[in-house]
Amino acid sequence: MNYNWNWGIFFELSPDASGTYLQTLISGLGWTLATGLVAWVVALSLGALVGTVRTLPVPWLVRLGNGYVELFRNIPLLVQMFLWFFVVPELLPREWGNWIKQLPNASFWTAVVALGLFTSARVAEQVRAGIQSLPRGQLAAGTALGLTLSQSYRHVLLPMALRIILPPLTSEFLNIIKNSAVALTIGLMELTARARSMQEFSFQVFEAFTAATLIYLAVNGVVVLGMRGVERWLAVPGYIGGRTR
Amino acid sequence: MFANFDFDVIARTWQVLIFQGLAFTLQVTVLAMAGGVVLGTLLAMMRLSSIKPLSWVAAGYVNLLRSIPLVLVIFWFYFLVPYIGAWIIGSPTPIKVGAFTSALLTFILFEACYYCEIMRAGIQSIPSGQASAAQALGLNYWQLMAHVVLPQALRNMTPVLLTQTIVLFQDVSLVYIISLPDFVTIASKVAQRDGRLIEMYLFVAVVYLVICLILSYWVKRLQSRIAIAR
Repeated sequence: MNYNWNWGIFFELSPDASGTYLQTLISGLGWTLATGLVAWVVALSLGALVGTVRTLPVPWLVRLGNGYVELFRNIPLLVQMFLWFFVVPELLPREWGNWIKQLPNASFWTAVVALGLFTSARVAEQVRAGIQSLPRGQLAAGTALGLTLSQSYRHVLLPMALRIILPPLTSEFLNIIKNSAVALTIGLMELTARARSMQEFSFQVFEAFTAATLIYLAVNGVVVLGMRGVERWLAVPGYIGGRTR
Repeated sequence: MFANFDFDVIARTWQVLIFQGLAFTLQVTVLAMAGGVVLGTLLAMMRLSSIKPLSWVAAGYVNLLRSIPLVLVIFWFYFLVPYIGAWIIGSPTPIKVGAFTSALLTFILFEACYYCEIMRAGIQSIPSGQASAAQALGLNYWQLMAHVVLPQALRNMTPVLLTQTIVLFQDVSLVYIISLPDFVTIASKVAQRDGRLIEMYLFVAVVYLVICLILSYWVKRLQSRIAIAR
């Protein structure tokens, strides 16, 4: 295989004059993490809301929630990014559209919205499954104690359900970090985009992608270890995988 | 609101979009599913094997590919496959690999990791007494797998495998980043040529939505049929 390896490339200056290639990759990682984290806040709050709504005894709300999940789950993320980036600003009233297009870091905010809504549908599915996995007696017991429906959800069902679905939520969190790479199609300079531009400038394809791969693996490892701690801390006693005393 | 729009662009170009773009996407999806399920099953057998190095190799491969973004995997294979091909046939220069082959290989190798996890769960869901019974009857490992375990595992896991295939169908859109002629890429080329981004991307979204809704409805029905049969 005649490929000229050059691992020193990371310490050479990149042509966009922002520092060495290593520094541009690190700043890409910053954008990846920022996008993932802000989108995760959106996904978690909307997902918890929609997932809860889908278990309420109100048929039209349930249908609305189901429609929301189907809509965001059945269009590829790439197409959703394009819709938010190219289509939505045009469909809004002109002043709003112009405001969006002139936002600093427009591609970052678009990516956050697209990724957040896309993932919120998946979170909603987990939340619904978590609530429905609880014994029916729990809601009944809450009602018998005189709690209103919202109090039962607030004090009985949701605290249990959210703790039970923590492991699948961890993998959704890993997914949102990985999926943020799709935002390179709308011009967000996150980690994968930086690796690609490093490859285009320096022709060191495999060094650039190896570095990006290692960084993703490291992020993955940190999240998995951290969440393992959180899961152990929040596990429900008495469940398989829960603390035994 | 739609006054300035020209939905005529869809009427003019839908044949190219569907019969070239969507056809490419569907071909990659179906072939990658077939290859991915076969490779994924082999990986699952390796992971569950009592020969430790085999199980480590499979686990390492699956966990590696599952921890990096598909976008990065597509870039990796786009640049790697010509070199690997050159290495296999002993050519001194990287060989040229067609767009279709490249995409297909990428998705087989990537999706195999996800199919592997599904098949592993499927194999593990078979009671171990069946393996003992098969051994008592004198079946060897391959006979046990081929005649007892895999048919049941495959059957039990069919809905999950198909759901993963719907994900795969959506993921194929990402070949846009290396400009392979799939549905999204062709639509975006037409959109840019005619200056009709909005109409085109709305059309693409609606087509995906309809196809995926139909497929997932069908999987759900299949799931309830299988559930009753058991």
